[in-house]
Amino acid sequence: MSTAAIDSPIPPAEPRFTASRVNYLNVDFGVRSWLLTTDHKRIAILYLASITLMFVLGGAFAVMIRLELMTPEGDVLQADTYNKLFTMHGIMMIFFFLIPSVPAVLGNFLVPIMIGAKDLAFPRINLLSWYLYIIGGLITFWAILAGGVDTGWTFYPPYSTRYSYSQVVATIVGLFITGFSSIFTGLNFVVTVHRMRAPGLTWFRLPLFIWAMYAASLIMLLGTPVVAITLALVAVERIVGVGIFNPALGGDPVLFQHMFWFYSHPAVYIMILPGMGVISEVVSCFSRKAIFGYHLVAFSSMAIAVLGFLVWGHHMFTSGESVYVAMIFSFLSFLVAIPSAIKVFNWTATLYKGSVLLTTPMLYAFGFIGLFTIGGLTGLMLAALGLDIHFHDTYFVVAHFHYVMVGGMVMAYMGGLHFWWPKISGRMYPEGIAKVAMVIIFVGFNMTFLPQFVLGHLGMPRRYHTYADEFQILNVMSTAGASILGAGFFIPLLYFLWSLKYSPLAGPNPWGATGLEWQTPSPPPTFNFDKPPIVTDEPYAYAPKEDARVH
Amino acid sequence: MAGRVDALFFFLMAVTVFFTLLISVLVIYFAVKYRRRADTDRPRAIHGSVPLEIVWTAIPLAISMAMFVWGASLFVAMARPPEDAIEVYAVGKQWMWKVQHPDGQREINELHVPVGQPVKLKMISEDVIHAFYVPAFRIKNDVVPGRYSTVWFTATKPGTYHLFCAEYCGTSHSKMIGSVIVMEPAEFQAWLESRAEGSLALEGRKLFLKLQCVTCHSATAQARAPVLESLYRRPVQLKDGRTVVADENYLRESILSPGSKVVAGFEYIMPTFKELFDEKGQPREDDVLKLLAFIKSLRPGQTPTRVEESPPPAKLPAGESPKASEP
Amino acid sequence: MSTDHAAPAHSALRHHFDTLDQQRDASLLGMWAFLVTEVLFFGGLFLAYTIYRMSYPAAFAAGSHHLNIVLGCINTAVLIGSSLTMALAVFAAQQGNGRNVARFLLATMFLGTMFLGIKAIEWTHDYEESLIPGLAFDAKIWAHEGMPPLEAKQFAGEGELFFVLYFSMTGLHGAHMIIGMAVMAFYLRPAWHGRYSRDYYTPIEGLGLYWHFVDVVWIFLFPLFYLVGTRGSH
Repeated sequence: MSTAAIDSPIPPAEPRFTASRVNYLNVDFGVRSWLLTTDHKRIAILYLASITLMFVLGGAFAVMIRLELMTPEGDVLQADTYNKLFTMHGIMMIFFFLIPSVPAVLGNFLVPIMIGAKDLAFPRINLLSWYLYIIGGLITFWAILAGGVDTGWTFYPPYSTRYSYSQVVATIVGLFITGFSSIFTGLNFVVTVHRMRAPGLTWFRLPLFIWAMYAASLIMLLGTPVVAITLALVAVERIVGVGIFNPALGGDPVLFQHMFWFYSHPAVYIMILPGMGVISEVVSCFSRKAIFGYHLVAFSSMAIAVLGFLVWGHHMFTSGESVYVAMIFSFLSFLVAIPSAIKVFNWTATLYKGSVLLTTPMLYAFGFIGLFTIGGLTGLMLAALGLDIHFHDTYFVVAHFHYVMVGGMVMAYMGGLHFWWPKISGRMYPEGIAKVAMVIIFVGFNMTFLPQFVLGHLGMPRRYHTYADEFQILNVMSTAGASILGAGFFIPLLYFLWSLKYSPLAGPNPWGATGLEWQTPSPPPTFNFDKPPIVTDEPYAYAPKEDARVH
Repeated sequence: MAGRVDALFFFLMAVTVFFTLLISVLVIYFAVKYRRRADTDRPRAIHGSVPLEIVWTAIPLAISMAMFVWGASLFVAMARPPEDAIEVYAVGKQWMWKVQHPDGQREINELHVPVGQPVKLKMISEDVIHAFYVPAFRIKNDVVPGRYSTVWFTATKPGTYHLFCAEYCGTSHSKMIGSVIVMEPAEFQAWLESRAEGSLALEGRKLFLKLQCVTCHSATAQARAPVLESLYRRPVQLKDGRTVVADENYLRESILSPGSKVVAGFEYIMPTFKELFDEKGQPREDDVLKLLAFIKSLRPGQTPTRVEESPPPAKLPAGESPKASEP
Repeated sequence: MSTDHAAPAHSALRHHFDTLDQQRDASLLGMWAFLVTEVLFFGGLFLAYTIYRMSYPAAFAAGSHHLNIVLGCINTAVLIGSSLTMALAVFAAQQGNGRNVARFLLATMFLGTMFLGIKAIEWTHDYEESLIPGLAFDAKIWAHEGMPPLEAKQFAGEGELFFVLYFSMTGLHGAHMIIGMAVMAFYLRPAWHGRYSRDYYTPIEGLGLYWHFVDVVWIFLFPLFYLVGTRGSH
C-alpha cells in the first residue's frame, strides 16, 4: 500500500460500513480483557483514562491555589496546606500528566501503526509500564491523603531531608516506581522504531511524529534513572539520618541540585518534543502539504534531545556556581533554543501556498505555535545571566513554564486528541463546540498567565502563600483567567464522552491525511493491518505525483 | 546595575514581541490567504529551501549570541563587588533575616544602607536554603548552610524597598520578608550612632578571649598556632602542600572544623569548641561572624595578650576601624 | 500472520514480529537499552561517591580499611567465574545442548549465591563492628588518637557517608544479582527440556548480557570501595 493521500474529499457523515465490524474496542469485552491486554491501543486508552484523572486532580489543586491568591493575606488556607497544594500540583502535573501524556496515550496508540507494525516490540512490558504508573500513582495518592508533601516538586535539601514533616518518603517511593513506567515506555519506543518499521520505511520516510517520539524516548531512557537514584538518596537520608546532602555532616545540598536538574531539565523536552511531533502532523495535514524542511525538523528533534542534557545548570545561576560554569550553561541554553525556533519557522512556512483548513486540531496547532513562541522567547530571558538573577524564583518563571507546558504542550495534546479521535474511537467529535472550547481555553490561558509575567518582573516570588498588597490586582486577573481556563477544559471532557455514543461514525481517513495510520479502519482492528504495508512514498506525499521536488 | 538589567530586559522584550508578532501575523495571514477553497485543492509540493533555512538559523543564532554576551558581561559585573563596598553580614534562618553591620548594629528583617555607597552582603543560612532578593535592585543570591555567599548593590535613590526570601524554605517562606531602607549618608550615620553597640569586631574580640584562643594564637615565639594578624586574604601554605587563600570560608572552616586545613609547620591540636554549636549540632553563625570580623580587623601587634584588663576596653585599640581589614 | 518461508513459525515467534531474527534483534536491543539505563542509574551513585571521596580522602580511606579485602577478592573471583559459567550457558544454548544450559545456569546461580553468602558474612561483620548507618553505627570508633570529640564526630560523619554509599551500592548490586538469579531459575526448566537452540536462544543471550553487566558493576565497585586509599601511607 502506498502512502499517497486519498484523493477524495472529506467523507460524508453516513457510515460506509456497519457498526458491528470487529475492531480493537469490541473484539473482547470484560474487565479482564482490558486489564490484561497487551494491545498497545487498549493500553493507550487505559493511560488516557488515568492521566485524565490525574489532570483533574492536579487542576483541582491549581484551583485552590488560585483561590487563595486572590487576596494578599493567607485567608483561605493554612500556610502548610498551601505549600502542600503547590507541591502536589507540580508533582501531579509533571510526573503524572505531562510526561506520560502524548507518549503514553498518542504514542502508544500511533507508533506501531505509523510504522506499519502490529504492536510495539514488547507488548507485555508496555502493560507493565501502565501498572507501574498506576501503582506509583496510588502510592502518591496515598501520600496526599496521609498528609501530603510540602517540599515543592523540586525536593531541595536540607528542607526535604531534615526539616519537612510531610510525606516525603512515600511520595518519593511513588515517583520512583512511576519513573520506571517512563523508562520502559521509552525503551519500547526506541526498540520499536529501530526494528519494526515496515518494508520500505527508511528513517527519512518516517513521519515527524515518530522522530519526535524517538528523541523524547532517548531522553526518557537516559535521564529518568538519574532522578530516580537522586530521589532515592533523599529518601535514604531521611530514613537513616545520614548526611548525603547535609552540610553539617559533610554533605552538599547543591550536589542534589545538580543531580536533580540533570534529569529535570531534559524532562521538559520529554514533555514538549512529542507535542511538537503532533504539531508537525496536524499542520501538514491541514495545509495539505509536506512539512517545510522535513530533514531539518527531524534533526532539530535530535538536537533538542542532545543539547537538552547539557543545560541543567541554568536552574542554578543563583546557587553559587562559578561565573565560568554559569556562562557555559547560559551559552548552551541559548543554543538549545535554536532548533525549536527552526521548527516554528518551518511550520509557518508549511502554510505558505498550502490549502489551509481551520479545523479544531489546526486551531490548537496555531495556539501552540503562538504560545510556544512566547514561552520559548521568555525562556531566553531566563537564559540570559544578568536577567535571570532578577527573574529566578519569581512568577516570571512560573509564567514561562506554563506558557510552554500548557500553552504549548497541553494545546498540542488537545490538538492530537482531536486529530486522532476518529481513529481512536471511530467517531467524529462535534466540530462547532470543539472550536468554541478551544477559544475559551486560549483566552482563559492567556488571562491566567500573561499577568504572571508582569508579577514576576515586579518581583513577586513564587511559592508564596501571602504576598505584598501591590500584587493583588494582577493576581485577581490571573485567578479570573484560571476559572475560564478550568471551565474550558471541562467542555472537551464532556463532548468526547458524548461523541462515543452520538457522533457520526468516522471513516478510515476523515481528514484526507497521509500516514499509515489513516490506511486502516477507524477504529483499527487488533493487529492494525490485514496485510503488512510496504512503503514506497516519501512522507507527507500530498502533492500530485507529477510535481518535481522543489528545494 | 539595575538600569543595565532593565536595558537587557527591554532588548529581549523587543525581540520577543517582534518574533511573536511576526509569527502570529504570518500564520494568520497564510491561514487566510491560502485557505482551502475546495476539497479537491492539491497544493504544489515545496519541500524546503536551504538558503531560507540557513537564514532563519543564522539570524536567531546571532541574536541569541548577542543576548548571551550581554547577559554574561552583566553577570560578571554583578559578581564583582567594588573594593570600597561596606560589608554587612546577613544570616538567614527559618523564617527571618538577621542582619549585622560591621559596627555591631543588628537588625531583624531590615537593612539600613546609605545611598550611593556600594554595599556587600556576606550571607549564610543556619538551616535550609534561602535566597536574598531585593526586586528593586535586581539582585538575588541563594543563602545556603555551610558556606558564605555574596551579593552586592549600590542604592541610588533613598526609600524603602521590598526584601523577599526567594527560595522556598518551608511553612512561612512567604513571611520571610522585610525592607531595605536607603538613607542619605548623614541620616544613615545618625541611624548608625543611634543604634551603636559594640562593633562586630569588638564582640569577636570578647569571644576570642572567652574561648581562650589566645592560649595558642598568642603571636609569640612559642606560639603553637599560626599568627592571625593580617591573615585575612593572605595565601596560606597547608601541611599537605596545598596553598589556599584565607578568605571567609577558610576562616570559618578552620574555626569550626580545625583538622580540615592544618597549616604547614604546625600540628593538628586545635580543638573544636562546643560553645560554637547549638543543641542540634548546628554552628552558631552569629558567633562565627563575630570572630571573623575580629580576625579580619587584626593588624600586626594587635593580638591580645594573655593578661588583659577586665572588662575589655569599650573601643578597639587605637588605629582600629571597621574597614581596616582591607589589605 | 504468515512468515516468508513455507515452514510453520517457530513456537517462540511472537505474533507481532515477522521473523525470529527480527524478534531476536529487538530483544537484544531492548536489553542493551535497558543496560544503558542501568549505567545511568548506578552512575548517579558513582558520581556521589566520586565527589565525596575527593572531599574526604582520609575518612574514605579509613572506611576502606574496615572492609575485608580478602573476602572482597574472593567475591570478585567468584563473580567473574559466574560470568564464565553464564557465557558457557549461552554457548550451550547456541549448540542446542539443553541439559548443559540448565547445568551452567545452575552453576551460575550457585556461584551467585556464594557471592551473596560472602557478602552476608561481610555485612554481619560490619554489623558487629557497628558500621551500619542508621542501624548500628558507632561514631566513637572513628576517633584517632588525640582527636577532639567534635572533630571525631565530623570524621565519623564522613565515614558514615562512606558506608551509606557502600551499603547503597553493594545493596543495589546485590538486588540486581538476586533478580538475575530469579530469572535464571525461571529458565531452568525450559532449558532442560530443549527449548533453546541455534534458531532461538534469545532469552539466555539477553540474560547473559544482563549478568555480565552486573559483573562489570562489581569490577568498578570492588577497587573503589576496597582498594583505593588502603595502600601507601595514610
